[in-house]
Amino acid sequence: MDKKLELVDLRKQFNAKVVPVKNVSLSVGSGEFLTLLGPSGCGKSTILRLIAGLEQPTSGQVLINGKDVSRLSPGDRNIAMVFQSYALYPHMTVRENIASGLKLRKTPSGEIQTRIQDVTDFLGLHDLMDRKPGQLSGGQRQRVAVARTLVRRPDVFLLDEPLSNLDALLREHVRAELKQLFGTQNTPVVYVTHDQTEAMTLSTRVAVLNNGYLQQLDAPERIYMEPANRFVAGFIGSPQMNFLQVPCESRRAIVGNHPIPLPRGANMPTEITLGIRPEHVHLAQSDHEPALDGQVFLIENLGMHNLVSVRIQGQGEPITVRAIVGIEHRLAIDSTVRLAFPPESIHWFDVSTGDRIQTASDSTSVVSPSVTPTSVTS
Amino acid sequence: MTTTVPESQPRSAHQHGVRRIVLPVAVVLTVLFCLAPILWQLLTSFKTDAAIAEIPNVYFPRPDQLTLDQYQKLFERRPFFNYIFNSFLVSLASTVLALGIGAPAAYALARLKLQGERIMLAAVLIVTLFPPILLFLGLLDIVRYFNLGNNYLSLIIPYTAINLPLTILVMRSFFQQLPKDLEDAARVDGYSTPRMLLDIVLPMTIPALATTGILTFISAWNEFIFALTFITREDLKTVPVAGAQLGGASPFEIPFGPIAAATVLGTIPLVLLVLFFQRRIVQGLTSGAVKG
Ligand SMILES: Nc1ncnc2c1ncn2[C@@H]1O[C@H](COP(=O)(O)OP(=O)(O)O)[C@@H](O)[C@H]1O
Ligand SMILES: [Mg+2]
Repeated sequence: MDKKLELVDLRKQFNAKVVPVKNVSLSVGSGEFLTLLGPSGCGKSTILRLIAGLEQPTSGQVLINGKDVSRLSPGDRNIAMVFQSYALYPHMTVRENIASGLKLRKTPSGEIQTRIQDVTDFLGLHDLMDRKPGQLSGGQRQRVAVARTLVRRPDVFLLDEPLSNLDALLREHVRAELKQLFGTQNTPVVYVTHDQTEAMTLSTRVAVLNNGYLQQLDAPERIYMEPANRFVAGFIGSPQMNFLQVPCESRRAIVGNHPIPLPRGANMPTEITLGIRPEHVHLAQSDHEPALDGQVFLIENLGMHNLVSVRIQGQGEPITVRAIVGIEHRLAIDSTVRLAFPPESIHWFDVSTGDRIQTASDSTSVVSPSVTPTSVTS
Repeated sequence: MTTTVPESQPRSAHQHGVRRIVLPVAVVLTVLFCLAPILWQLLTSFKTDAAIAEIPNVYFPRPDQLTLDQYQKLFERRPFFNYIFNSFLVSLASTVLALGIGAPAAYALARLKLQGERIMLAAVLIVTLFPPILLFLGLLDIVRYFNLGNNYLSLIIPYTAINLPLTILVMRSFFQQLPKDLEDAARVDGYSTPRMLLDIVLPMTIPALATTGILTFISAWNEFIFALTFITREDLKTVPVAGAQLGGASPFEIPFGPIAAATVLGTIPLVLLVLFFQRRIVQGLTSGAVKG
């Protein structure tokens, strides 16, 4: 049977001021790996806890395999969860930790044995089975926590920042491992992180959250290529996208000396927000290219590239544009450069709402319908 | 690394030497300061009457000044094992009660969002500030009213009540630092609330229970005023009262020897108790539950 998790208009209000989840709807199918991505405090963990049943929704429903489980206790929902702190029972051995959920469900002991055997084979935990969690390293604890969820063969896997307690090298390794591991499970996975690299590498789909609102729900490539609004555009991608608020005249945005035609989606604004990623800004090859003259004031070495910050004098305050430039260009501080913006790499956003304005290169259904219009903070 | 080590070696070696002398001396002095009265009692309990009365004081008795007579006299005059039994019963009962009532209360205060939680905590705190001696006249009336005089309950109930605030406060702060994720994980695993408390929370709580339990036990064991007032029947008396009431053969004789023996015998159970539970009090039982 295909497994499925659906959230319907889910809302959680702790008190008058704290509403970490605001009418979120989404669905995750078998074999899908959905990541909830957003800054700290945006309500990711709360959504996960609502799915698990550790919190009760103020309104809305959680459906698992089409069945409303909103009123069921966590133990009756057949979900399994990896906690950020791993939450292994300190007084039990690894084996007991892994077996506890099955024993409580009165699984026959033969079945428990084979399932544990499978999982320990899978994760290579054999030598650790009789140890207590206190005798394990961080990485090992993490594996045990994952093993504890895998043996359960649940209807939904929930993971709350499972990598954030590992050091950087190990994190990269375990990330790849998790991807393979959950790829084989054919069960919906909901993964919470504030790390965009994790979200981009692991997920089949990413849900970007801010302030309790779902901002965009799309495949990782789409999130990067066609961010639904200014928040998503600024949150995804490192270094951050450049945003320029520029005046418009007769369907052209006035950027420096070369006006850029507005996208077809725009209807005669007086101002528009232009967004372009530093990796797409390049040094102008010729005088014909639309370009901005500016002065380099900061060069940060990223290894293969330099991240160059350029100050551009406009009519009002000087604006700063950051560009990724190959080290072969040997730029120096205070040198003058001409920065070109390839039109196909430009993102346009409405100044007041922050929503994306459709461009010719966008795929047909651009703005995800789940985006709430009032959601933008800048 | 390799360049700095030879440089710093002489200095650290010097510091090491100073530490090696100062530290043990400080330890010995501190221990002596704390234990001197007890050592004196211990010594007295093994000396003959003549050696006890001798002036100047006998600090290092000769073999012929040592004896077990004092203990023998103690047991001849009084049913001392009976007192120990009374003390043990009263202390154990009030410890179990204080933990049994205090720990669940502390858990509720730590985990549930209760209305008026601050007021409850303030009330608990204020009770700890009350000197018990101020309560004791009122308590005497209550004991009379309920006809509890010469009943173990007249001690068990006040001891429990006096130790409850401390138990609640200590256990609450313990529960607060206990990671909540563990309880959430248990619920996701399918534990019901009672089983979760029993199988997950309780095992992690044992060190804290042992620590607060020992404090309660000691304070009940050593309590004097209530025990003196509420209990007058000889066979119900507790160790501190009985020890203090040891009389000499005549009203003019103070039986230093048997009193010292009583003090030693009254302390031994506490020492044994602490030694026994010491292993349980080992901290860090929760380490490994979450990233350390
Ligand atoms: N039990 C609670 N009571 C009140 N506020 C809470 C509770 N749990 C979380 N919050 C608040 O909800 C917001 C979202 O929290 P959370 O979902 O943990 O964010 P994150 O996206 O970092 O995981 C935060 O502002 C947090 O303070
Ligand atoms: Mg969180």
